[in-house]
Amino acid sequence: MSTDPTPIEAPADDNGFMRPPMDFQTRRMRWNSMRRHAVNHLVTGLALLSTLLVIAPLVAILAYLIYKGASSLNMAFFTQIPAPVGEPGGGMANAILGSGIILALASSMGIPVGIAAGVYLAEYGRGRMLAMAVRFTADVLNGVPSIVMGIAIYSLIVMRQMHFSAFSGGVALAIMMVPTITRTTEEMLATVPHAVREAALGLGVPKWRTVVSVSLRTASPGIITGCMLAFARVAGETAPLLFTAFGNQFWSYKLNEPIAALPLQIYIYAISPYDEWHRLAWAGSLVLILMIMMSVTLVRIYAGRGALKGAS
Amino acid sequence: MPQTSSSSQMDSAVVSQDAPPVHAPAIASFVPDAGPTAQDGPPSPVRQYLSTRGNGGLADKTFAAAMLVCALSIFVIVLFILTVLILRSKLSLAQFGFHFFSGSDWDPVSGSFGALPFIFGTLATSLLALALAVPLALGVAVFLTELCPAKLRAPISFLTELLAAIPSVVYGLWAVFVLVPIMRDQLGPLLYQYLGWTGFFEGYNFGVGLLTASIILAIMILPIISSIARDIMLAVPVSQREAVLALGATRWEMIRTGVLRNARIGIVGAVILGLGRALGETMAVTMVIGNHPGISKSLFAPGYTLASVIANEFTEATGDLYLSALIEIGLALFLVTIVVNAIARALVWAVTRGAPARVH
Repeated sequence: MSTDPTPIEAPADDNGFMRPPMDFQTRRMRWNSMRRHAVNHLVTGLALLSTLLVIAPLVAILAYLIYKGASSLNMAFFTQIPAPVGEPGGGMANAILGSGIILALASSMGIPVGIAAGVYLAEYGRGRMLAMAVRFTADVLNGVPSIVMGIAIYSLIVMRQMHFSAFSGGVALAIMMVPTITRTTEEMLATVPHAVREAALGLGVPKWRTVVSVSLRTASPGIITGCMLAFARVAGETAPLLFTAFGNQFWSYKLNEPIAALPLQIYIYAISPYDEWHRLAWAGSLVLILMIMMSVTLVRIYAGRGALKGAS
Repeated sequence: MPQTSSSSQMDSAVVSQDAPPVHAPAIASFVPDAGPTAQDGPPSPVRQYLSTRGNGGLADKTFAAAMLVCALSIFVIVLFILTVLILRSKLSLAQFGFHFFSGSDWDPVSGSFGALPFIFGTLATSLLALALAVPLALGVAVFLTELCPAKLRAPISFLTELLAAIPSVVYGLWAVFVLVPIMRDQLGPLLYQYLGWTGFFEGYNFGVGLLTASIILAIMILPIISSIARDIMLAVPVSQREAVLALGATRWEMIRTGVLRNARIGIVGAVILGLGRALGETMAVTMVIGNHPGISKSLFAPGYTLASVIANEFTEATGDLYLSALIEIGLALFLVTIVVNAIARALVWAVTRGAPARVH
């Protein structure tokens, strides 16, 4: 178009000849327009302000946490068990180990069940009433307070066994992981194009094999993301562990004994009256949050390069 | 396998796809038996191999059943929680009945249990937290979907999601050592001076109390509300926005009439989801609310919530009635959050159904 040799004759607009008569605004119209634009700018400013207000506490919390935590973090924190009150030093090594054990237990129970339930919703239950009901229940279960999960597992397992245990803590956290993983798995499987499944089925691959090797494989970055997010969420949970894992001031590896956990230990130290323990609580919080943020950030990077970007 | 002429034609058509497309139909019609099929010899090794593998029907059924069992386990979990809570709180249910929720006397020593102060504390902190968080969350959602330069969008939503990733106990720790002194020494006196006449800011200000708990709750539920509201606003079709803009609206008018009005049901759902989270939040609230069962008009007064009374007193509960009263509180919390979440999910689903899935 631009290389057209004969330009179209433009109307004589530089002397205002063809300009439509737009300038007969009444005072009221001008005022109205001014008001509308003022409101527009005001609201834009308010939205910006609220965003800053939301980011402010995050920055405040993180900055204070790093300031307080980094100054109290040392080798002893990672190698020693809590010292008795009044004695300096001590660490949270047993709590870190305990958290690791409980989380491993929870993941080994929660992740397979969650993924399988998601597979059912996406691959077998499409459009069925049962799947709708499961989906809805999962969403509702997701909103059940963690403290309720704690007393339910207490009543179910701890009361039977008559003692607190690492196992019951793991079960409580596993139940909290399931709904998140189920819903993410389902959403991720829903983004896998049907053509990919049909290609596998058309080659004579059985359905279960199609699901495992094609659908799940294709959706795996998203599913891993979901699992990591669920993991990060339960890693910081304290309330369900209060009456299940209970906490322990000493080394403990056994699944049927009370065990220490990092969030529990932070809670106990935070509400204690001792400065030395407050210091350890800050250090513990920093370690906990670094672990969680690292997993969330890793997930971000990982989820950024999906296997089927734009293919669905 | 006897070969009919029509299928061999099809086969040859398939095989000859490598040939130039113009000639393919001609070859197929003139040379009907072209192609490597229609032999009478033994079946090919591939076919033999496949036939020994079976059709996988058993494996398929087993797999489907396993997936179904896992899906049903979600029902089972909810039912289990419900049954076990009802069974364990039978003692208190039988003794107090509905009076449990209207009595305001919580005295474990004399064995009289009324949950009204905790219900008041839970409702007061949650509603106040909503009042503080909803305008901010909507501001963030509007900013992220409509106003923000594309470059800033990902970092800002990442930051607000980080806010959701901070554990409750860390919020509590921060609130105890930073927010409580601020409330006690700076914000509290200021509120008393300027808003004291309302009667909401009276009495001793210890720094811990309903208001502090509400503020920390507001910070905690903000990311949930804003991220769901953002998703819902993104689900509003762009054509709606364009239509309003084409009529000469300013950007805010476009947001108000084109986006917010279309998304209002879902936004209500997001707010109720935030409410559900606030009702059940335990650790941070327990650390700053003061833990004193009482009903007071003043927001400086210490309070107690359903969740925090469980957290504080459960392991120390002596006697079956005490324990069962605490479990009944848990049951009430469970039922309320289930109802609240069910309503919220129904509203959010009504709006975002058919919207693209996203990585949280």
